[in-house]
Amino acid sequence: MAHPHAIDELIAEVGTFAGLDGAYLELIAGCGSTTGFDAGSYPFREGDPADSFYLIRHGRIALELFAPARGQMIVSTLGPGEIVGWSWLFPPYRWHFDGRATEPVRALVFDGACLRNKCEADHTLGYELMKRFASSMLARLQTTRVQLLDVYGKPDV
Amino acid sequence: MVPEPFRVVETRRDTADTWTLGLEAASGAPRPRFGPGQFNMLYAFGVGEVPISISGDPTASGPLEHTVRSVGAASAAICAAQPGEVLGVRGPYGSSWPLALAEGRELVVVAGGIGLAPLRPAVLGALAESERYERIVLLYGGRAPDQLLYMDQLERFAADGLDVHVTVDSAGEDWNGHVGLVTTLFDEARLEPERTVAMLCGPEVMIRFAAQAMLDRGVDAGDIHISMERNMKCALTQCGRCVFGPTYVCREGPVMRYSDIDRFFSLREV
Repeated sequence: MAHPHAIDELIAEVGTFAGLDGAYLELIAGCGSTTGFDAGSYPFREGDPADSFYLIRHGRIALELFAPARGQMIVSTLGPGEIVGWSWLFPPYRWHFDGRATEPVRALVFDGACLRNKCEADHTLGYELMKRFASSMLARLQTTRVQLLDVYGKPDV
Repeated sequence: MVPEPFRVVETRRDTADTWTLGLEAASGAPRPRFGPGQFNMLYAFGVGEVPISISGDPTASGPLEHTVRSVGAASAAICAAQPGEVLGVRGPYGSSWPLALAEGRELVVVAGGIGLAPLRPAVLGALAESERYERIVLLYGGRAPDQLLYMDQLERFAADGLDVHVTVDSAGEDWNGHVGLVTTLFDEARLEPERTVAMLCGPEVMIRFAAQAMLDRGVDAGDIHISMERNMKCALTQCGRCVFGPTYVCREGPVMRYSDIDRFFSLREV
């Protein structure tokens, strides 16, 4: 397990946390640890308690959904530098998708309750983190909307 | 103006609704020279004529290649053509991908769906002289894994030095690649905005998003080139079907510099 000090250096290089005050990076790092997953393993399943989120350092995680008659479908894939998991931010704190490592993954995992408590104690940190997560959500929402347009489908003639 | 008869000499089914046809002049004349990104008007006799980008290698010999998606009567008839049958060909028409502008820089090709076909000659042309470029990157997005074009060839191109990244809009669990919009590949490809010359082709919505994502990362609008798609009947600026703002897509396009036309992208009546 990496020392918190090493984790704050790691997260300082990642877009979501880049530019944060050093003291805040240390606070966030205090809720984090290193982890890893074998290819094919599921770090989380739909409906599980979402008590953490991940920052991928290497590898890729697929967000999946099972649908009757269609089987397991990949909704999105996330790779190095990307955050996996927002459900830890909002009650009832449950994962909405399955997460599958499509290749060996090395990641940082953060304790959601730990970070929420620090945000409640310091609203400046909370607001800053909320802005950064909202930006990430907006980017993903916009690309998802374009995906839903099915722009590569057959045009009407 | 008069279509030249070309004989179908080979066909290859790329996806469920897309074929690549190899054509040779029925007269025995040599293959017409063309620039990457140019198109021909292909005529299925008695059915109709449609603009189709040339998808073959401009630096190699061999049949004139077009990759055609069956979406209407004329394109369906062209896709159904068998070796030995004759199609009419007019062209080549239009502008080309400005590969020379990317020399000494990173050539970033962004393709969506059938949009990879007009970019294939640019990729092949660049790979034939890869030493001229700092890096050649292909970012390709498609609807689903079974609807991706040229996948066997992309593996060969990767072996030849092409930095290939592929994504799809949706997939089953047997797909080990990316799922997401083509712009989600930008970070993985580690684009260098100030070194980038980008060439984009695909559905117009995808082009708008991809161009904006390039701009957001600091790529200059003058370094982004796109291929426009418009209805076209004559390809000779006479019918007016392909007018886009002050330009004719058949003459100034299909390949245009983004900074020359970006102000028209948000206009609904253009």
